[in-house]
Amino acid sequence: MTSVLEIDGLTVSFSTPDGDVSAVSDISLSVDAGECLGLVGESGSGKSQTFMAALGLLADNGTATGEIRLDGIDLLSASEKKLNTLRGERIAMIFQDPMTSLTPHMKIGRQLSEVLIEHQNVDTKTGWARALDMLNRVHIPAAERRLDMYPHELSGGLRQRVMIAMALMCEPEVIVADEPTTALDVTVQAQILDLLTEVKDNLDAAIVLITHDLGVVAGLADRVAVMYAGRIVEQGTVGDIFASPAHPYTQGLLACTPRLDVETEELITILGQPPNLQNLPSGCSFHPRCTYVVEQCKSERPALEVMNNGHIKACFRPHVEA
Amino acid sequence: MWAYFTRRLIIAIPTLWVVITVAFFLMRLAPGGPFDQEAPLPPEIMANLKAAYGLDQPLWWQYLNYLGNLLQGDFGPSFKYKDFSVTELIAQGFPVSIQNGAAALFIAVLFGIPLGATAALRQNTVTDHAAMTVAMTGIVIPNFVVGPLLALIFGIYLRDTMFALPVAGWNNGALPNRILPVICLALPFIAYIARITRAGLIETLRTNYVRTARAKGLPFRTVVLRHAFKSAMIPVVTYLGPATVFLLTGSMVIETIFGLPGIGRYFVQGALNRDYTLVMGVTILAASMVIFINLLVDMAYAWLDPKVRYE
Ligand SMILES: Nc1ncnc2c1ncn2[C@@H]1O[C@H](COP(=O)(O)OP(=O)(O)O)[C@@H](O)[C@H]1O
Ligand SMILES: [Mg+2]
Repeated sequence: MTSVLEIDGLTVSFSTPDGDVSAVSDISLSVDAGECLGLVGESGSGKSQTFMAALGLLADNGTATGEIRLDGIDLLSASEKKLNTLRGERIAMIFQDPMTSLTPHMKIGRQLSEVLIEHQNVDTKTGWARALDMLNRVHIPAAERRLDMYPHELSGGLRQRVMIAMALMCEPEVIVADEPTTALDVTVQAQILDLLTEVKDNLDAAIVLITHDLGVVAGLADRVAVMYAGRIVEQGTVGDIFASPAHPYTQGLLACTPRLDVETEELITILGQPPNLQNLPSGCSFHPRCTYVVEQCKSERPALEVMNNGHIKACFRPHVEA
Repeated sequence: MWAYFTRRLIIAIPTLWVVITVAFFLMRLAPGGPFDQEAPLPPEIMANLKAAYGLDQPLWWQYLNYLGNLLQGDFGPSFKYKDFSVTELIAQGFPVSIQNGAAALFIAVLFGIPLGATAALRQNTVTDHAAMTVAMTGIVIPNFVVGPLLALIFGIYLRDTMFALPVAGWNNGALPNRILPVICLALPFIAYIARITRAGLIETLRTNYVRTARAKGLPFRTVVLRHAFKSAMIPVVTYLGPATVFLLTGSMVIETIFGLPGIGRYFVQGALNRDYTLVMGVTILAASMVIFINLLVDMAYAWLDPKVRYE
């Protein structure tokens, strides 16, 4: 199977008044058509910026090096004009905060249809008709009425459905969902995850699901990549990651994930703070928080090593299959 | 919504009444009176004058009398411009002020918004810094400096060229006579509007929904004009409310410098002369405009932001 989206040696850094921030350091990832890749890590680990770079949406003080190819087209060297023909049409993004991600003074129907009108040159009437179709497909009740509404007239869950509908308008090859459920109520979260599962089953798109919550990834992702301080520290099939996590950080994340089958009194958290990206620890960035730390971890950074079945990890500690 | 605005217009009546009442008694608290002069008038002449204008009556009676006349649309006679009624003076002065003010407002919006938007889109570049330096200069240099300066340049230095402009007088509203006062009036407003537009647009361009619009692959032009512009205009509209009132009710400074028979001058002279009725007339006019323009501003809010709904 060929990858629709390939990230190769991507580095993203931001220049700030008090020094450079390396948000993403030399990461490589790929997603196949019809596949869902979960990208997991604590807040600030560089998940969002990886894909902001892909869409050419980095802040002005940010620079990206390396390569990001969408079906062979390098996105990082593409002109703004070229990018505009790809964004929304072939790669779409669903953002974390549905409350603020829709334009407040524009009707839902207009915000949906403008994607088609822009990319596929349809007339307004067709655009709105397709917008209505799409609202029905994401199970928005009384869809016809919603077209004429403004965002503030919809609940958070409905707005996130609208965001998903918007991403699907042109049936893109790649859909990036950046923490699509984080800002929502728990019950609504489950509904949105169901909807994404449905999208995945019905479309042949590659889906990237960004989240800080391994629990979200479990039901949806085929593969999982774990990011820590701007680097991938482990990657594997969802089965391998959950059954036999190799990196101590992944193990920590798993321990933090509330589980329905085990009763726990309190949430476990990984000890310590995520590192300061302006001044990363020497060697393995995770070593100050790692229970298995040895001298080597402090001076040398472990390279990603392949174990089996595409399961890779960046840790010196030998992995014992569970 | 129309019911709401009708209600607002009705509520305006008691508001105006409060303004009238406060203004009436405040005027009378000020020392001196309309007939005071360098050399005091003989007491019997003074008494006659006061009696002629009803000023010998108790204050509460004068107040009720004034209100009664107002209800019949009579603003009373001017105490100082003895041959004119206040209505006549306002009818003379107000058109001059309102025409200059409206022209200045139009120019301020026409130049201020594009200037600020350009600066915002080229944030922290030379263009931005140059535009904002010019705007800052426009704000800090007062009218009474810019006015004479313009008069000096166009009236004296360029006197014998095609750029010569009259520096004083209204000349029945001849276009050349309007140019300098309108420019002088508009300059600081261009500057303010540019600054507010720039700040508003920069803030809006950072919002999540602008990011969404860009992620859809819309050309940047469309992102700015369709998704960012309306929200960016909200602070501009907020500023335009009071600015409009200020511009339309006439600037005393500009009208004095350029010798224009506008309402701003009447107001200041009226206050200095204790021309009670004239000051009251202009105050009522200004207060009505404040009320009316606030209403327009609120309507504009509803158009810019659908969250704003009036019941
Ligand atoms: N414009 C910016 N300037 C400086 N630092 C930034 C900027 N944008 C993001 N960062 C930093 O990059 C890091 C990675 O951010 P992000 O990818 O958003 O993390 P997350 O994994 O939570 O999505 C964060 O530490 C953030 O502070
Ligand atoms: Mg994020």
